[in-house]
Amino acid sequence: MAVADIQIDGGKPAASVGYIDRNQRAQRMIWAQIGLLALMCVVSLTYGATGVSPFRVLAQISLGHEVSISDRVVLLDIRLPRMVLGILVGASLAVSGALMQGLFRNPLADPGLVGVSAGAGLGAISGIVLGGMLPVALAGLLGYYLVPVAAFLGGWASTLLLYRVATRKGRTSVATMLLAGIALGALAGAVSGILVYKANDQQLRDLTFWGMGSLAGATWSKVLTATPIICAALAVAPFLARGLNGLALGEAAAGHLGVNIQRVKSVAILSVAAATGAAVVVSGGIGFIGIVVPHLLRLSIGPDHRYLLPNAALLGASLLLGADVISRNIIAPAELPIGIVTAVLGAPVFLWILLRARGVLDM
Amino acid sequence: MIDALNITVQLGRKEILHNVDFAAYPGQLTAIVGPNGSGKTTLLRALTGDVDHGGTIQMNGADVTDLPVWKLAALRGVLPQATPLAFPFTVIEVVRLGLMSGTSAQDDRLPERALARVGLAGYEGRYYQELSGGEQQRAQLARVLCQVWEPMLDGAPRWLYLDEPVAALDIAHQIQVMDIARDFAQAGGGVIAVMHDLNLTGLYADRVIIMKNGRVLAAGDTRDVLNSSTLSQAYDCRIDLDFRPAPDIAILHPAGVSLAPL
Repeated sequence: MAVADIQIDGGKPAASVGYIDRNQRAQRMIWAQIGLLALMCVVSLTYGATGVSPFRVLAQISLGHEVSISDRVVLLDIRLPRMVLGILVGASLAVSGALMQGLFRNPLADPGLVGVSAGAGLGAISGIVLGGMLPVALAGLLGYYLVPVAAFLGGWASTLLLYRVATRKGRTSVATMLLAGIALGALAGAVSGILVYKANDQQLRDLTFWGMGSLAGATWSKVLTATPIICAALAVAPFLARGLNGLALGEAAAGHLGVNIQRVKSVAILSVAAATGAAVVVSGGIGFIGIVVPHLLRLSIGPDHRYLLPNAALLGASLLLGADVISRNIIAPAELPIGIVTAVLGAPVFLWILLRARGVLDM
Repeated sequence: MIDALNITVQLGRKEILHNVDFAAYPGQLTAIVGPNGSGKTTLLRALTGDVDHGGTIQMNGADVTDLPVWKLAALRGVLPQATPLAFPFTVIEVVRLGLMSGTSAQDDRLPERALARVGLAGYEGRYYQELSGGEQQRAQLARVLCQVWEPMLDGAPRWLYLDEPVAALDIAHQIQVMDIARDFAQAGGGVIAVMHDLNLTGLYADRVIIMKNGRVLAAGDTRDVLNSSTLSQAYDCRIDLDFRPAPDIAILHPAGVSLAPL
């Protein structure tokens, strides 16, 4: 047929030269991020309430001098576990945010949507308020771990409940999960309210600070508890990247591309529950990392999850270390809860991104 | 071939498709036509497994429920009516998603070739969400073409499922997209397309299924099925065929509309 020979798009630019391939930029970005994280680690070890410098200690060691016990304690038992915990928590929050946004196909989704935060919050409040009512023997046994254990159990319980409610005939409805999450959040909030009402002054103070989040009190035992859970969840994330890319086209289209959608959903939800749960337990409620980090990255390297997820882990870790350095130095020797720092820094950045990139984000 | 028997679809309490039999053959473009609400798109969605259905569907001799998703993705590409995108991907990034199933020819230049094929050369770095509806539809077609670039895989035909592929397109691009579909079929693949435009259907389809009220009203070779009485019955509107352009090409039009010379 003759019409097939008609030249279409004759007036448009014919050659495809000169478009920016964001994948290459994303690969280079990973190296820059590793450098940034290394820098933030040094900063995190260097600045604190006491004037201990890791460089001075290193110099003393290399010159064969004795390192004082207080220097050793500050560096090895206070700043170093705190730095490691900051990396783990920052990476989990940012990767969990990116996973949730990919799964819910919404750049404003947040790990809280799977019910982890509400459940963990309720668990923590129960631990703080009801802990005093436990038999002395049991309370003594759990001791310091009472609140973290209660928070972790609460987070998992609420995620599993939401997952059950939203899954029918082997298919998980993301929309149902979102709505059920709102209902469960309201319920957890109400029960928390009752407990807060019953709490005494000291418990109220504990509750308030838990809610604002902090890396203070980081110990090697906390690090060792959180590491396997967070590392397992982060190790799974790269295997979800292609599936999440397909999901950007919608569930049906992703299925036609060969994505096993149900597996992507369940694995993503469980790893977010594990990573966020562990992060919330060791550091309390730290906001904005999960939303701001993936957002910033998408603007520069694009939404391809194969590059977004590793970059988010690195940038989340760097940002949280930076926020932690601010939180413990700005009113030293006291500490500002880190959740306040991330909110004060994160919220305006977030608004600025929305204003600047409105044209692209609207759709 | 695609062989579907006794397909029923129920949405809520209402049965949308009643015991529909459907067949499509490699080397052919099979069009599904019918009035609004007749079940065309529901039939296509049942064939692609996007809606729960009764009955059996075989593809190249195997029951589709026995095939894993990656195998289905290797054998068929599905173009929906419209594809909203969740994140600001560029056009080339969208088209590259078609290479995901891993069975396409692993050629780095393939996405660019597919874009050129649908007339979108030079659009690689543009944001998908900033394209017009028709451009988005062609970008999605390029993605689907990437997925099943070679119409045959290990001697078996691959399949293109197109849901109203030309609905948002201007006349030149309608011809371009239908040419792509016909080339795919002539190279050994099979195409199943839901169509609204009866004239394009008459020009391009080898086989036509006419749906009405969730049943098959007529099915067969295009020239046997597209006749005035069947079409008038299908659309509840008298439709005439005008053979003036050429003896083997008919222009379809509602009765009473006179075809004035241009």
